[in-house]
Amino acid sequence: MKPTQLLTAFALCATALPVLAEEVVVYSARNEQLIKPLFDAYTRDTGVQIKFITDKEGPLMARLKAEGRNTPADVLLTVDAGNLWQASEEELLRPIRSKILTANVPAHLRDPGNEWFGLSVRARTLIYNTSKVKPADLSTYEDLANPKWKGRLCLRTSKKVYNQSLVAMMVTEYGEDKTEDMVRGWVNNLATSPFPDDTKAMEAVAAGQCDVTLVNTYYYGRLMEKNPSLPLGIFWPNQNLKNKAAGVHVNISGAGVTRNAKNPAGAQKLIEWLSSDKAQNLFADANLEYPVNPKIAPDKTVAAWGEFKQNLINVKEAGSLQVQAVKLMDRAGYK
Amino acid sequence: MLSDNLDAPLKTPSAGVFVWPRFSGWMLLALLIAALVLVPVAVTFSSFSHIEGDTLAHLTEFVLPGLIANTLWLVLGVGIGVSVLGVSLAWLVAMCEFPGRRLFNWALLLPLALPAYVTAFVAIGLLDFTGPLQTALREAFGPITLPEIRSRGGVILVMSLALYPYVYLIAKNAFSTQGAIALEAAQSLGLSRTQGFFRVALPMARPWIAAGLMLALMETLADFGTMAIFNYDTFTTAIYKAWYSLFSLPAAAQLASILILFVLVAVVFEQRSRAKMRYGAVGRSAASRRIKLSPAMAALALLYASTVLAIAFIIPVTQLALWARDVMADDLDSRYWAFAWHSLLLAGMGALIVVGVSLLLAYSGRQRPSKTMIWTQRLATIGYAFPGAVLAVGLFIPVAWLDNWLIDTGRDWFGFEGHEVLKGTLLVMLLAYLVRFLAVGFGPIESGLHRITRNVDEAARNLGTGAAGLLTRVHLPMLRASLFTAAAFAFVDIMKEMPITLMTRPFGWDTLAVRVFEMTSEGEWERAALPSLAIVIAGIIPIILLTWRGAHSQNQPHG
Repeated sequence: MKPTQLLTAFALCATALPVLAEEVVVYSARNEQLIKPLFDAYTRDTGVQIKFITDKEGPLMARLKAEGRNTPADVLLTVDAGNLWQASEEELLRPIRSKILTANVPAHLRDPGNEWFGLSVRARTLIYNTSKVKPADLSTYEDLANPKWKGRLCLRTSKKVYNQSLVAMMVTEYGEDKTEDMVRGWVNNLATSPFPDDTKAMEAVAAGQCDVTLVNTYYYGRLMEKNPSLPLGIFWPNQNLKNKAAGVHVNISGAGVTRNAKNPAGAQKLIEWLSSDKAQNLFADANLEYPVNPKIAPDKTVAAWGEFKQNLINVKEAGSLQVQAVKLMDRAGYK
Repeated sequence: MLSDNLDAPLKTPSAGVFVWPRFSGWMLLALLIAALVLVPVAVTFSSFSHIEGDTLAHLTEFVLPGLIANTLWLVLGVGIGVSVLGVSLAWLVAMCEFPGRRLFNWALLLPLALPAYVTAFVAIGLLDFTGPLQTALREAFGPITLPEIRSRGGVILVMSLALYPYVYLIAKNAFSTQGAIALEAAQSLGLSRTQGFFRVALPMARPWIAAGLMLALMETLADFGTMAIFNYDTFTTAIYKAWYSLFSLPAAAQLASILILFVLVAVVFEQRSRAKMRYGAVGRSAASRRIKLSPAMAALALLYASTVLAIAFIIPVTQLALWARDVMADDLDSRYWAFAWHSLLLAGMGALIVVGVSLLLAYSGRQRPSKTMIWTQRLATIGYAFPGAVLAVGLFIPVAWLDNWLIDTGRDWFGFEGHEVLKGTLLVMLLAYLVRFLAVGFGPIESGLHRITRNVDEAARNLGTGAAGLLTRVHLPMLRASLFTAAAFAFVDIMKEMPITLMTRPFGWDTLAVRVFEMTSEGEWERAALPSLAIVIAGIIPIILLTWRGAHSQNQPHG
């Protein structure tokens, strides 16, 4: 065979590779055991194959960026709105027009530019020791800076994005200086140095090392499932405020279609399906989170914690103000 | 041919005089290996083209002072901790006879198979205010205050217990060949055993202790998991913070560059201390001449070794096993065979490559010793001190760049339609492991090579042995223990490795370490116990092999 013939043959082989079944490729920062059942269900429903890889958000975004136009990824799925905002800033996502998504996802839980959409809601709330604190003593996140809580507060580290988002929300209402004072108040009230995770903080509250802490509700659900006798109660703060800080701080896990998606239509269909009533319970309940779609009722365990008013600031602020929030927490000495 | 240079005269340039390197095959080889490692490092340093003044100013004012102090304390504490634990245990096992010595000989290596963050999580779980110990004490005696485990002392303790095996194993190899000679020499000079240890045996073993110490400290500097659990701020945690929280990969890379400069300074010091030493003197095994301890001393030795083993391995693993039992019914499925197989395969192939390249690199140094060579070697092993995730990105960027070029070229010329050529292949993954773990292979092999005197080479040459024969018939057999040590270190390190595995694995190539990540990413530590335990069990395999080999070559010189 002459070289030119060889080349032609090679080229023909390469181009003739058939696409057997439709495929969507997902980069996910939400872990495998939470997404795999959904993807399996989607494949059963539609016949579309899903290939995915999990990693932390930072590396996934660095990867998307480095791969550029040749990324295999169609969908980026992450936890925390800050990360989605960052992905959008880095121009890794593309805007999509979807009536289904705008109908299923409340406005404050999706990108105003339509590049990403929340799929489940995570509420960050107060957990208290039922034998030492009366619910009437609790009111707001801001109140935890009050000296009456001196030596009675436990917190998770400020390095966790959940706390950064919460503080970012405070900045939208109170500005940087007042928020920094509030955080300094929290730090002054700490009973012990910050914990690496929410569960440890709740265990400290249960053991009496401190009286109150701030956690995402699914950690509470998980801990109480394992040990229902713990003296821990849940409290929804900021319910009676009238300012922008009113309501329980919520964050999302969510997804967007990548800018260089090879199968953008398939990617959009997958995200739409994830927001639908077929998938919402499967998506949220697996981790005791709240469905993003308000028409869908949460899991029984979750519903039993009662209803609450959500904070209505768009969750993208968690991203745009995150850097400010982190810096002010550093200044306030919140480790 | 590389071997052509073997017969060239060996010269060491005198100190202080820069000698322009002769670009022999060996030098080129060493430079090539170093270049491979320096690509991701260069990508990281290139972040300086984009300075984010705000972020850096903030970090400098509010974060850096604390973390420099923290990092220095940590290095000092862990340095002392691993040295004391590693050297004392190595001496006991190599030079003294006490009940259980043969068991401890290999069992004291076991903590190597246990990721440090697991030890940390278990230690805090057991010893913190909410743990069973303090709870029981409170119930019995009312309010009490014990020293806080979540503290600087706690981090140092946990890291020392997790990392002492690096010092232990390399020092043990040194003592078991040199220790007896050292003691005999000391005694012939009228020194007591204690004096003999401190004045002769310990100084003689210093290069080997230093090699183990460097590995332990580099791993300490690059550690993220343990520091996160203790909420202890170091350079590495600040790097992650700059990246994940302040959204500044450039600032993260800049901090990583500063960290690497720190490491290079340490390397200079280590190199200085080594340069003054002469190596040599391979003796017979110490087996026949172990010190018989008095019953009281033997009991103390037994107690000491058991305590270390219990705290560093048995207790954490028992806790892991208890947690794993709780989740086994739900989580253990047939996929675990695939996870374990992927882990073993990657660790096995990775270890082979690491050992092979380390041998080449160390051998280059023996053939062409020069300052340039030493620095080339040092730079080639710097990847171990890099925070894993930063190195992973540094590796991924050039690979993706090359891939994009290949894809475009392929499309233009051949109508190629894929989106991945190199990325998503095992080749990239193994290359990344090599860059990360060259140090753990190089350390033991280089210090082993140092122990083979030039006289041996000359004697072999005088007997008509050629260059290839010198390597295969003389050096490799003498290096066996070092090669096994290097392979074991690399194997267990790759088994435990997370960020590079996550970032470079092909679709569907999940490993046990990936399982640990999946579970811990939402704080489900108890569920992470199952894959962690599987890593420990798989990591024990090379340790058993190491022991088995040791038992079968008791009378052969160790490397």
